[in-house]
Amino acid sequence: MAESSTLTGAIRDIVQRHGGMPTRLLQILRDVQDRLTWLSPETLERVAEEIGISPNKVRSVAEFYSFLYTAPRGRYDILFSDNITDRMLGNRQLLHYLCDRLRVGVGKTRADGLVTVGTTSCTGMCDQGPAALVNGYTLTRLDKSRLDCIANLIESRIPLTEWPREFFEVYSNIRRADILLGRHFADGSALRATQKRGPDAIMEEMVKSGLRGQGGAGFGSANKWLSCRNAYGDVKYVVCNADEGEPGTFKDRVLMQDFADLVFEGMTLCGRIIGARQGFVYLRGEYRYMLNALKATLQQRREAGLLGEAILGDPSFNFDIEIHLGAGAYVCGEESALIESLEGKHGVPRIRPPFPTTHGYLNKPTVVNNVETFATAAKIAVEGGDWFASRGTAYSKGTKLLSVSGDCERPGIYEYPFGVTVNRVLEDCGAHNAQGIQMAGPAGHTISAKQFHRLICFEDLATGGSFMVFDQSRDILDGIRNFAHFFVHESCGFCTPCRVGTSLMRDLVDKVHTGHGTLYDLEEMRKLGRIMQVSCHCGLGQTAPNPVLDSLQEFPEAYERRLRSTAYEPAFNLNQALEEARQLTGRHDPGAYLNDEDLLVGVMP
Amino acid sequence: MSEEHSFTLDGRRIPFQDGQTVMQAALEAGVYIPHLCFNPEFTPHGSCRVCLVKVNNRMQAACTTPAADGQTVQSETEEVRDIRRGILQMLFVEGNHVCPACEKSGACQLQAVAYYVGMLAPHFKHFYPRRPVDASHPEAVIDFNRCILCELCVRASRDVDGKNIFAVEGRGIQAHLVVNTPSGQLGATNFSIHDKAAQVCPTGSILTKHQGYNIPIGQRLYDRKPINIVGDVAQLSESLGGRRHD
Ligand SMILES: Cc1cc2nc3c(=O)[nH]c(=O)nc-3n(C[C@H](O)[C@H](O)[C@H](O)COP(=O)(O)O)c2cc1C
Ligand code: SF4
Ligand code: SF4
Ligand code: FES
Repeated sequence: MAESSTLTGAIRDIVQRHGGMPTRLLQILRDVQDRLTWLSPETLERVAEEIGISPNKVRSVAEFYSFLYTAPRGRYDILFSDNITDRMLGNRQLLHYLCDRLRVGVGKTRADGLVTVGTTSCTGMCDQGPAALVNGYTLTRLDKSRLDCIANLIESRIPLTEWPREFFEVYSNIRRADILLGRHFADGSALRATQKRGPDAIMEEMVKSGLRGQGGAGFGSANKWLSCRNAYGDVKYVVCNADEGEPGTFKDRVLMQDFADLVFEGMTLCGRIIGARQGFVYLRGEYRYMLNALKATLQQRREAGLLGEAILGDPSFNFDIEIHLGAGAYVCGEESALIESLEGKHGVPRIRPPFPTTHGYLNKPTVVNNVETFATAAKIAVEGGDWFASRGTAYSKGTKLLSVSGDCERPGIYEYPFGVTVNRVLEDCGAHNAQGIQMAGPAGHTISAKQFHRLICFEDLATGGSFMVFDQSRDILDGIRNFAHFFVHESCGFCTPCRVGTSLMRDLVDKVHTGHGTLYDLEEMRKLGRIMQVSCHCGLGQTAPNPVLDSLQEFPEAYERRLRSTAYEPAFNLNQALEEARQLTGRHDPGAYLNDEDLLVGVMP
Repeated sequence: MSEEHSFTLDGRRIPFQDGQTVMQAALEAGVYIPHLCFNPEFTPHGSCRVCLVKVNNRMQAACTTPAADGQTVQSETEEVRDIRRGILQMLFVEGNHVCPACEKSGACQLQAVAYYVGMLAPHFKHFYPRRPVDASHPEAVIDFNRCILCELCVRASRDVDGKNIFAVEGRGIQAHLVVNTPSGQLGATNFSIHDKAAQVCPTGSILTKHQGYNIPIGQRLYDRKPINIVGDVAQLSESLGGRRHD
């Protein structure tokens, strides 16, 4: 009785702190979980009651996001980042090492409820892995001695606030700077330029700049802003996509950590131009560690008259920014799923058209841009469109931030004018022995050395920024398999070909990877991949087969050397399937096996 | 001189009104495009992807693509059928569809569409998921093994019946249909077989009890004529094997 009333009290406080707004449901559930470690059915009912929405709405959100738990979880919740780059740095051995030390199974909660250890999709620390999250906070550069220390801290129940700060340190690793990262930007200068010259003149600079969306799709940013500006309605929104879920990408992390003012200024500028008063940053859950610092920056900007009411003393210029934290869902980087998530729902992509510029947040006209796009826009407002357009190629103006990781001496952030060759990047980052690159993340392109002369730009090799290097010692198929599993985990499940197709593809890749595949299976992969590419509802499913299709083309030998010589091999192992019957009947004579080879395998254990 | 809008579908001219989708216009013109999650009485959902057509040069879902003047739409081509067949096969292996043992056989839209696109076998590896059957309700039974997550029952219960009994929960391949009660049992809800939600399921997931074999096999909806002639389960009168809502 007493216990349930404190539960109600705690939940009521949290809900009230969020103004009881259904749009803040995801944020509310995060806060509730922080208090209670997991979301029991009773807790979810209470949350629904307090907000005044139906319990199944709350459950559907709780069941959707990886970082929300509807089963008991340890007080210390550790998730190892499981991108291929973490694997290349030995995260698997470390995972098992920690599990052994803490006497807990992978993905399990220890019986005493103290700790859970599991894995999660790429946490955006590929330049300083192996990485993990503890209760949502980033741990970098893990090794055995760090894990020894962490195991002791956990066993002694030391609160996270007392753990050594260096465990949580995130370096920026900026290796090459050009016009975006290299030139000084005075806070407020873009807004002052807009005050002085008027929003129309700045919009004109945006048009001249030719800036294209830096999130990967490369849609013309000026067109997007204009379309939203011209859209019918008084209430409009600006949304900054800081979900950065593409494995191998971490440039938005660095922009948010070191250049937050520039990003916020770009958003405010956009608000001024399109006529919005409210902006949102959708920050991926994995970057929770920087939330407080970002909130402080927003407060400083309000105090400096660069945000909030009457910006720069102009009573007609009002714009504020709120930060929403994601909770582990790659699909929420897709702009319409992101908007759904911002509205407090589970992140299923909407039917498009209509597009967000006319029907976005709460169905109002909304600009959604990537972090880098907003940062660049702020620079363009100050330095001008021509200045920006003087760099890059004919159809890809300006510069691009690349997140370089994998087998190279200097992983980190590299800013290049568009049109740089892959070779040049490899040289600069100290990748001497590269066999292949995963460009633009798993959703992008797998390329072999034959393609290293190609240019990084929208006309040739388009990218959102991920650049993962595999050297000659690597097995390309390890990467492909990692990506296939990633897409299974991240499919939202809405449409058939992605929900089912990602699992079928994973099973085929696993079959080949474990040496059971045949030529027939390769053809199956091609066929399945083609169906997914053209039939899925959103970009996630449409790009999910890319790594398999590309690598079949670029690295056929990685597949062929694993194939069985037979034309067809069943997906299940017949001999293994008979094992249960053998156990039951106690038969181990040669007649109980299909052939001699199986007999050998069969008696081994 | 007519100012009428139109596009071509497999060479045939299809008129349409502003705001219509390719599917709606085709249906009105009496041309069948296979579909499962689409039902003309509900807002399009776009999840099953069975209605894929080639619009100009891109594959798109007919049920969510706005019709536009001068569009060239291809539906009954080998390329499109191949993809539809693949998607149907995915639905068949994802759940447990044992047609010979299902009382909906012969009057099932999923099965009929599969025949229509020329699907002869499920082809892919079966998932054999473990899913329960809910027989807690006195008048109806839900066999989750046959659910294809079209969300027609979800939409019907929420938007027409005003009961909000069903929902889809979970992400990715874990997504599954649930009944919105703490116990998860249909028997604990105010569901009725006269609900719209009881009449829209394109598969044998939601069945009325005690009448499974009233119409013998061989005389069922799709036993004698294919789905492109007889249409959807949910649109037909009861005597023809459908259950019209009146
Ligand atoms: C599955 C998926 C994930 C995406 N993730 C991101 C992301 O993390 N960050 C991002 O900026 N754009 C992402 N996008 C692209 C967005 O939908 C959208 O195009 C972008 O935010 C627009 O901003 P931009 O024009 O400035 O690039 C993703 C798209 C898909 C299909
Ligand atoms: S392709 Fe379909 S299932 Fe996959 S994420 Fe997009 S909407 Fe969801
Ligand atoms: S039970 Fe039937 S109507 Fe409901 S989602 Fe499943 S297949 Fe669709
Ligand atoms: S009928 Fe169009 S996607 Fe299902």
